[in-house]
Amino acid sequence: MLHKPVLNTRQARWLNRCRDALRNPLYLIGAAALLFLAYTIVWPVLNLIWSTFVWKTQDARLTPAADPGHLTLYHWSRVLASDMSWSLFYKPVLNALSVGVTVSALSMVFGCGLAWLVTRTDVPLKKTITFLAIIPYLLPSWMLSQAWLTFFKNSKIGGTPGILLSVLHVTPPDWLAYGFVPIVLTLSIHDSVYFFLLVGAALSSMNSQLEEAAEMAGAGRMQVLRRIVFPLMLPSVLSGFILIFTKAVSSYGVPALLGTPVNFYMISTMLYSSMRSRLTTEANVLSLTLMLITMLAIYLNQRLLGGRRSYVTVTGKGSAVTHVPLGKWRLPAAAGTVAGMALIAVVPFIVLLLQTFLLKDGSLSPDNFTLHYWAGGSDPNINTGEKGVLQNPIFLLALKNSLIIAGIASVAAAVIGLLFGYAVARGKNTAMGRLVDQLAFFPYFIPGISLAAIYITMFAKPVLFIPALYGTITIIILITVVKELPFTVKAGGAAMMQIGPELEEAAVLGGASWFTRFRRLLLPLSRKSLLSAFILVFIGAMKEMELIIMLVTPRTETLTTLTFYYVEKGYDQLTNVVLMIIIAIVVAVYALAVKFGKADLTKGWGGQ
Amino acid sequence: MNAIELRQIHVHVQQKHILKGIDLTVEEGDFVTLLGPSGCGKTTLLRTIAGLQKLNGGTVVISGNKVADGSLAYHLDPAKRGVSLVFQSYALWPHMTVFDNVAFGLQVRKQPKAEIRRSVLAALDKMRIPELADRYPGELSGGQQQRVAIARAIVTSPSILLLDEPLSNLDAKLRTEMRAELKRLHRELGTTIVYVTHDQHEAITLSTRVAVFFGGELVQADTPRELYRHPRTLQVAEFMGSSDHPLNRVEGVCRTSGGESTVSTALGSFRLSGANGGADAAGAVVLTVRPEDVVLHETHTAGSIPVKVEDVLPAGGETLVRVAYGQEKLGARVIGDPEYTPGRVLYASFREERINVYDRETGRRLETGVTTITPLLEEIHR
Repeated sequence: MLHKPVLNTRQARWLNRCRDALRNPLYLIGAAALLFLAYTIVWPVLNLIWSTFVWKTQDARLTPAADPGHLTLYHWSRVLASDMSWSLFYKPVLNALSVGVTVSALSMVFGCGLAWLVTRTDVPLKKTITFLAIIPYLLPSWMLSQAWLTFFKNSKIGGTPGILLSVLHVTPPDWLAYGFVPIVLTLSIHDSVYFFLLVGAALSSMNSQLEEAAEMAGAGRMQVLRRIVFPLMLPSVLSGFILIFTKAVSSYGVPALLGTPVNFYMISTMLYSSMRSRLTTEANVLSLTLMLITMLAIYLNQRLLGGRRSYVTVTGKGSAVTHVPLGKWRLPAAAGTVAGMALIAVVPFIVLLLQTFLLKDGSLSPDNFTLHYWAGGSDPNINTGEKGVLQNPIFLLALKNSLIIAGIASVAAAVIGLLFGYAVARGKNTAMGRLVDQLAFFPYFIPGISLAAIYITMFAKPVLFIPALYGTITIIILITVVKELPFTVKAGGAAMMQIGPELEEAAVLGGASWFTRFRRLLLPLSRKSLLSAFILVFIGAMKEMELIIMLVTPRTETLTTLTFYYVEKGYDQLTNVVLMIIIAIVVAVYALAVKFGKADLTKGWGGQ
Repeated sequence: MNAIELRQIHVHVQQKHILKGIDLTVEEGDFVTLLGPSGCGKTTLLRTIAGLQKLNGGTVVISGNKVADGSLAYHLDPAKRGVSLVFQSYALWPHMTVFDNVAFGLQVRKQPKAEIRRSVLAALDKMRIPELADRYPGELSGGQQQRVAIARAIVTSPSILLLDEPLSNLDAKLRTEMRAELKRLHRELGTTIVYVTHDQHEAITLSTRVAVFFGGELVQADTPRELYRHPRTLQVAEFMGSSDHPLNRVEGVCRTSGGESTVSTALGSFRLSGANGGADAAGAVVLTVRPEDVVLHETHTAGSIPVKVEDVLPAGGETLVRVAYGQEKLGARVIGDPEYTPGRVLYASFREERINVYDRETGRRLETGVTTITPLLEEIHR
């Protein structure tokens, strides 16, 4: 019997649909993106939430009521309403909130003032000021804490005292040396740069004619400021406020250095110490609290702005900016600003650098200078025999790890950002595109330390074809990529948005496959944004601390975790040597990117 | 063989029904213009032919091959349809030189280098821009970019060339120049061209056939002359006029008695004739006459009506004279620059064969001719 395979209309239709869907790069990328996001973000968070509601085996030693595997509210009530709630939960939450609000407010004052000075007045040395303002961003935020301790450390926690005590013989009080005040100050100094960049961008793209029109209508200078400039800047200012609030609330390095010695805990540091004392579920509850606070802050931001994310519109018309003459204040303003910023950005650096050459802290006599901490061998009298950094195999391992992690993670994050951005930009009218967009933003809500806590359990044992990643470099690269997704996908999406779909369609008509289109059109056309994303992720990864501190094992030690190890041991000089090397790498990469790739960090933050 | 056959094309874009059953046949070597106001679906139809837009119903046949079938959800790859498209925005790749822009399609098809070079230079020669080969699109003027975009489209010698409002981004002078250029290109290449525009003047100048769209439907597809003389609906008639010379509309009532139909209007009465004698005419109708078909006389001639000059709008070689007959206003396009003072009385007559009659209800043209019954009111007026 001859059997001619004749498809009926319905089957043919279905077959053609499937074929089209399978050959549509948008669907393929979108599906891959959703799978990736589901596995690395949605599943872990659901897991985390679930874990706070069930009994664990080790709970049996806490209470006889424990019934492993069954539902319970025990953990929540233990965290929220027990005799340990105050020190475990409420106090760290209150501390975190007060630090967050104060840091945001201070940063707003610094950042907006600086932005106004640079963009709207005729102050000289604008380039220098802008350059100095970027420096704190290039440095890890806890470097400032380290510098702070170098000045203000008192005898409370032992080790070598700070300069104030050893040179000037003034004992700084505890409140100045540790806790709230130094945490807020160092975080504010570091984070003001975000405000400066965000508000600066908004201010410089605001047309002066808007102000002039108000002046023509008879408004005085204060009225112009109050009724025109301020409302126009409000969206950027608010975004900056929220951005810094969420960063400050979940920061780990600074409160760990400056808060822990006086038992000043924030959510992040309490989370870390809970994890260490095996109170995993309690730590998870803290993680959720931190996520909730972040989400609330961002929700509030959206509500207050009501959709008007930004008034700044790019018209392609160069808007004329007239500068406010400062008159006789011109030079003092410039000098004061440069001096103040140098004090913040350069002095700590010099002090720490100097310290690396001092055999003993605080003495500048010639015979005290040494290269021991850089390249010396083992000497049982110094740091219990710890070798100089460059001689130390652990350092070399950490250096290699750090470079591998930052290098691979930044390239991967930039490319993934571009691909996901493609799905978001081209699929912006589809449910899939919007879902990718929203899920990719989700890691923004998850504090690094919480994400790490989830990943430890998730990747502790092999699942399907994914091997046990805990203890490998891969998991650190993965978590870095995931944590940077909100930024890289926004940047990638924005880059793809700028490439008109017809540029791609013209290539489709020419017969180019998607891969050819990506290689010959999309990649070269988004080169700049790709490079910015790469640099930002690289710098971020080089200084990353809270994200990886819980994931590293002796084999996967990085430069940042090595510094933390030295801090805990009290090896000040060694800490600073490693810090200097981190800074050197970051600055070198940044300089190379600026020189060869025309990257501009000041334009890199469009995402938020 | 027909170059393109469109049958019952239905397209939905984001749940909106954009094209509602388009039937259109394009013969080989034709220069067909898709004409209509913005949002009428003409660009969507062009993209459907190219394969960039998927259709929900109907079939597209190009050079005898079925390339899309809505009932089977079948769509052939755009690159395999033998069509090229010139985008409204040109869509030149800014990071490639002119040469590379034009060569891209050939490089993708992995042709030998020497052959690519020859074809690209030939295409640039045809567009008369061989000297631009090493420049980047950003360094070119709008007109030059336009030429590069066309060169890129013709380098693969497609059997069909699709152009999406290619002249809309050029200034008036360049546009005239490029229009002549496109006409030359059509002559020299002999390719079938489908051209999208919203400019009726452009459509009439360039095309061998014009298809007029309104609201996702094809209303009329005809030669430019036929389209201009006998617009099928009032909407088309209005659209074909220019804003400088708006169409004259006169409302009237049609009565049929003894197999003879007459239309009485404020300007006088007209007798309808034609294949069916205007038998389907009943009730309210609209007569249209173009300003150039209104003739003004300084003295009274047979069949003319006295009108009063209201306004004179000279435009160099021609003049638009606005006149009034009682409450009815008319525009007349006069060659030369006569100096009429407002208020002066002139005599107007119509070119009968150019008058169209439309059913006011449906807006459709009645297949009928018109003869003027000697105006009666002139004596009274005098």
